[in-house]
Amino acid sequence: MNLFQRATNPWGQDVLLGIDWSLFWIALIAGGVFLILHLALRRRWIGEEKKAAANAPDDPGLPQKIQRHSLASRLFHAVMGISMILLLITGFLPKVGLQFAWLEIHWITGLILTASIVFHIVHATFFQSLKNVWVGLSDLGDMMREMRKAVTGGEAPAKPGKYPAAQKMFHHAATLAGMAAIVTGILMMWRIEQPLWAQDDYKFFGDGGWGWVYVLHGVGGVVLVTLTVAHVYFAILPEKRWMTWSMILGWIDRKDYLRHHDPAKWPVTGGK
Amino acid sequence: MAVIHDMIPDFELYQPESLDGALEVLDRHRESAWVLAGGMDTFDWFKDRVKRPEAVVDLGAIPELSGIGETDGGIEIGAMTPLTEVVDNELIRERYGILAEAAETVATPQIRNQGTLGGNLVQDTRCWYYRAGWPCYRAGGNICYADTPESMNREHCIFDASRCVAVTPSDTAPALIALDAEMVIRGRRGERTVAAEDFFVGPAIDITRMTVLQPNEVLQSVRIPDTWAGADFYFEKVRDRNAWDFPLVNVASAMRVEDGVVQDCRLSVGAVSPVPLRMDRCEELLRGQKISEDVATRIAELGVIGAKPLRHNGYKVPLMRNLIRRAIRGQAPV
Repeated sequence: MNLFQRATNPWGQDVLLGIDWSLFWIALIAGGVFLILHLALRRRWIGEEKKAAANAPDDPGLPQKIQRHSLASRLFHAVMGISMILLLITGFLPKVGLQFAWLEIHWITGLILTASIVFHIVHATFFQSLKNVWVGLSDLGDMMREMRKAVTGGEAPAKPGKYPAAQKMFHHAATLAGMAAIVTGILMMWRIEQPLWAQDDYKFFGDGGWGWVYVLHGVGGVVLVTLTVAHVYFAILPEKRWMTWSMILGWIDRKDYLRHHDPAKWPVTGGK
Repeated sequence: MAVIHDMIPDFELYQPESLDGALEVLDRHRESAWVLAGGMDTFDWFKDRVKRPEAVVDLGAIPELSGIGETDGGIEIGAMTPLTEVVDNELIRERYGILAEAAETVATPQIRNQGTLGGNLVQDTRCWYYRAGWPCYRAGGNICYADTPESMNREHCIFDASRCVAVTPSDTAPALIALDAEMVIRGRRGERTVAAEDFFVGPAIDITRMTVLQPNEVLQSVRIPDTWAGADFYFEKVRDRNAWDFPLVNVASAMRVEDGVVQDCRLSVGAVSPVPLRMDRCEELLRGQKISEDVATRIAELGVIGAKPLRHNGYKVPLMRNLIRRAIRGQAPV
């Protein structure tokens, strides 16, 4: 199996064309394997989790509903999620044999995603705390403890602030893959006809340079396939649904707050 | 740059005597198989060593793919019927003269003796960047070498480009669209029919193929209904060399005209788009109109709205406009 597609261009140079599309299937299988492994391991701790949920602490002094995501954050998440799914569908289905007119939907959706990401960067930088989502050394330690606990049992990591270490890591991975796909995607718009600027196939690079742009776009895409599978899996997992609902409704229940978060690391700022 | 070689690369040659046998081989080899009809397009590809299939399925020995027969509602032409037979067939000349006329403009007599109707419809594009074996979009790459500022793109499209700007070179396709023909496709799962205008696929949908045919399918025949039998037809092909060339633009029309008024019509133009274009908007406006120079000019003007010529093919816009005008005017009583 090849990782990349290569060809000889008219000048006799061996150039990269992009990733080999079989990587899409590998990304999908990787997502599936992760899902199966997690489901298998989950059986070991789910009983304990249920017991802990039943005996969850409470603090009547706190609001019943604790705000976790603002309306702006939720709208951004919805736009980004729908765009991402559409981009993966339009990007990969034609490569695996389902033919339809995908290109316009793809680049228009890509621009919507880009706009939503720009909004998110501004919103997160000036109206939210970047610290909440930044991965620190303690998060890496927590992550290791979480994994050790999942595989061999043992001590649970300390309760996190607003976001658990795994969620922060996911955010970072999605940011890296997403930015690779977005930046290269915008460059690739110089190679198609669209109303924003004139097509100019050799504006930035020669055939060799463009090959790397296509490779990065493809790698970003396939990594996002795996991440999307994992994300959807966690979103529908029963013990994680309180988080999924919070992305829809904006708030979490007081008991979930006390059970899953450390109030010292993430103090309550709003709720009712 | 591809160079014609004396020898062609090795492949397994299959010469099945039934369509089922051919489909079985195609299904087994899928993308690595090549369907050989008359060989007019095929051997260029092989000698240039651009296409290197593992298996070649020669349809020449399958009797059910050849011949022209009358059916309940029209005629059916086997895909392997040589173009010369299409040109000479009395039934076709009498009822569907436009098809005979279009087939007669294909290449040379020798090529028409060997080339088939199916081959003329299914043949690959003539874009020389693509045929040279360079890694363009159509060949699975990420660029169209025919659409850069320095490209030579005199023969390429003025409509519906989507990364690739190649056109379908078929002369019989516009005539069959004008005749409202149906393509009969056979696969292992059975038969399906597709309207002639839907048989061709543009690069927006599938950039590596020219038609809806899947790797394990074969164009079995072309059915032409009675609907347009004996109508007023017009076909014209403009090419660089009248003796033997692919179209720069070709036009085909079928009309029912009474007292100079168009009752119904179908109009198709080839070599201006990756697929043969059916001119729906022109047809709509033409219905109910009394044919005149003025009507022909206005409708022809409408036909070229939206054209986006490349650097060297701007001439195709007035050429297409004039051919549409002539196709309409050609129906006027003399």
